[in-house]
Amino acid sequence: MSGGGEEPRGGAEVSARGWGWRHAGRAAWAVRELDLEIGEGERVLLLGASGAGKSTLISALAGVLGGADEGEHEGSLLVGGGRPEDARGRVGLLLQDPDSQVMLARVGDDVAFGCENLGVARDEIWRRVSDALQAVGLYLPHEHPTSELSGGQKQRLALAGVLAMRPQLLLLDEPTANLDPQGVVEVRDSVARVLQHSEATFVVIEHRVEIWRHLVNRVIVLAPGGGVLADGAPDDVLRARGAELAASGVWVPEYPPPRPARRGRSAGRALASASALGSASALASSGPPATPDLLRETPAPKRGHYDDRTTAQLSHETGAACSVDLGVEGGTGSGVRGGETGTARGGMAAARPGDESSDDTGAVLLHATELAVSRVKGRPVASGLSLDVVAGSATAITGANGSGKSTLALTLAGLLPPAGGTLQASPAFAAGAGAEPIRWRSRQLLSRIGTVFQDPEHQFLAATVRAELAVGPRALKIAQRQIDERVDELLERLRLTRLAAANPFTLSGGEKRRLSVATVLATRPQVLVLDEPTFGQDSRTWAELVALLAELLDEGTAVVAVTHDSDFVDALADREFRMPVPAVASSLAAARLTPAAELTKTPSKPFGNTTFRDLDSAGRGPAAPASAAPRESGSA
Amino acid sequence: MSILTPHRGTQAVYSINPVAKIGAAFVLSLTLLLSIDWVSASVALVLEGLLFFWAGLTPKVFFLRTLPVWIAAPLAGLTTVLYGRPSGQTYAQFWLVHITDGSIELGVATTLRVLAIGLPAIVLFVTVDPTDLADGLAQVLHLPSRFVLGGLAGLRLVGLFLDDWRSLKLARRARGVGDSGRIRRFLSLGFALLVLSIRRGSKLATAMEARGFGAPGRRTYARESTFGWRETLLILIAAAVALTAVVVSVSTGHWNFIGS
Repeated sequence: MSGGGEEPRGGAEVSARGWGWRHAGRAAWAVRELDLEIGEGERVLLLGASGAGKSTLISALAGVLGGADEGEHEGSLLVGGGRPEDARGRVGLLLQDPDSQVMLARVGDDVAFGCENLGVARDEIWRRVSDALQAVGLYLPHEHPTSELSGGQKQRLALAGVLAMRPQLLLLDEPTANLDPQGVVEVRDSVARVLQHSEATFVVIEHRVEIWRHLVNRVIVLAPGGGVLADGAPDDVLRARGAELAASGVWVPEYPPPRPARRGRSAGRALASASALGSASALASSGPPATPDLLRETPAPKRGHYDDRTTAQLSHETGAACSVDLGVEGGTGSGVRGGETGTARGGMAAARPGDESSDDTGAVLLHATELAVSRVKGRPVASGLSLDVVAGSATAITGANGSGKSTLALTLAGLLPPAGGTLQASPAFAAGAGAEPIRWRSRQLLSRIGTVFQDPEHQFLAATVRAELAVGPRALKIAQRQIDERVDELLERLRLTRLAAANPFTLSGGEKRRLSVATVLATRPQVLVLDEPTFGQDSRTWAELVALLAELLDEGTAVVAVTHDSDFVDALADREFRMPVPAVASSLAAARLTPAAELTKTPSKPFGNTTFRDLDSAGRGPAAPASAAPRESGSA
Repeated sequence: MSILTPHRGTQAVYSINPVAKIGAAFVLSLTLLLSIDWVSASVALVLEGLLFFWAGLTPKVFFLRTLPVWIAAPLAGLTTVLYGRPSGQTYAQFWLVHITDGSIELGVATTLRVLAIGLPAIVLFVTVDPTDLADGLAQVLHLPSRFVLGGLAGLRLVGLFLDDWRSLKLARRARGVGDSGRIRRFLSLGFALLVLSIRRGSKLATAMEARGFGAPGRRTYARESTFGWRETLLILIAAAVALTAVVVSVSTGHWNFIGS
């Protein structure tokens, strides 16, 4: 079939009748007894708890679920009246992982790939390539190397590749889960543009409702046991089922996940964060103002012992009292609350610059002076970084892509040698292991600094979840009985007991994240370093993670987290450490993409303009990168 | 990764079909492998040296990319001098080392030969873009597109493997198992990388399938890969260099066919 000069062909309808799918070797059906009709050109947001079979359904619609050896099906599933497997090219699928969707080395070739496979004539291919790149707003030359694209750009490139095939059914499987806030906005806006000019039927899976809410006209909620839980206009479904969805992990703006209160940290803290996510993170405010007293926890017992309150209880308690306040666009009262939070404590911290440990447990564990960090020897990505890691205090490391956040975190964690400056552990913290964490033995790190990597798969070592949790304690040569105790405790605390015998690689995204955190906690380190811990997590995992970290902080653990998640910063961080803007790289990357008008607005700062924002100081807001920071003004 | 980042330029050589470049390198090496004598290698090397001026590389890039050959050639020669088949007068003998007239001549011939085969091969390959090569293999040589494009897409993963390897190493240290012996650590890292790459590969395969890869029906190619007079000329030049080397060597009586 050659597609010479055809116009876009409208939308395809989808029809499921008693459809079900069971993966080979599994006892449970991933999807069962599904009856569903989606009409031509409808725009659908597909929701459901994790494990409800959303991805299975969308893969089936795209015809990539595989044959009989991959699993068995029942009932019927039709796209445009035919089997999805025969509808190749009429169905376009955009997946989650930006890295695995780029096939070729040059932008133009990559977009052309799908058309080539469908046998489109050469002239027509290049016409489509130009159209598709324009449609997603990726103004790059066809020769531009794909390896130089950011995550958001890669997703838009993949979207262009899908569009060039002129699909009648456009499927998006959590296309923004692996992206930073700016990438999320990029992709969302690209899709919005595309939908304006397309008649294709559109189905997107996403657990952050806010991103897609205004681009869809129908929300379908899959029930975990099979079938459809709710179906209708977005507002109706969210009104009727919002609470239920939120409890199952969907991010519903009206029902934000509960946030724990921290001892010695005022609750209901507002931060008019200059979030690049815009409306996507602009969770509308609801719920009563916070009442810190209600949330105060009894002092936690000795380290490593976990409070046995269930998550549900926790949700209930904090959910009532917690307020979410990020009116970036809606502006619902954020300014007011922001003013209110200028507490005595905040004032004190502001009045005593240079001393971040003015309250809480306060001991400085790690002390970085003029640190330069590099992943590859001889190529520092950031320098002049000075910060302290303080017991019982949470530091959020934020900043643009490529500014060296993760590299700084890995350096603080004693995994990468400093490229300049010094990183010193306090004698009490080092406990005889020497002042420089990079010189510690791997085993010595275990009980001192724990690191949770961005990709959990990088840190898995064992064949079962239970064995995975025992790796650390075993390396510390702890008695088997004690290991078992610790492991059981962690399994219970992080809802992994049911999965104790499963292979870590087979877990879902949320489960992998919980396991990767649990493996680190098993050796009870005093410092916890996390790299984007909330990336792509559903709201339930998010809330559990934040609650757990709050608990650890109250027990005196120091937490350092690299994050793009302004909600996370808001809920947990005592201080935010902003990376200096990389001098050349970022402005170049921006220059390629952004129209000239916007470029003039982006100031590029040379190294050394680190900003240390004390989150408790009054009147905080989108601190300009150059504004004087407590620490800097103290040391300068 | 030189193979992932081909050297780019505007000279004619960059637009020559990679299949022709492979063909030219193939003709040269095959001919030069037939004999070990210093004459044929020298003649080929001199002619190649002249042709390198049209290779589209600056001297810096040329020496940087061919550095491995410049190191390997004398090493290979030295080894042959020390251990090569002895004949003629003996200059030194120690255990297995036996330096003779014959082994010295062989050593010189080997050095020249490694240069004469290695230099043009690298010079021709440096300017090959993998995408163009895949186009050529599929359209000119008509190799199966599934195989060629699968390999091409897989090539892109190599860069990711390097990142994975680094992260895995750090993660082991963080998990408390980074103290074990070098070999054991390498093996377990290797296995972990294998697991990760299989997962990456299968994700990539799904994405490719979702874009209609492997769909029934004829595949078209967005980029035309042609084999015209320039390609023919390149192969003819390579054949001429090889022929001249053989003729000069045979007529001066130095040609020694391998095994004879």
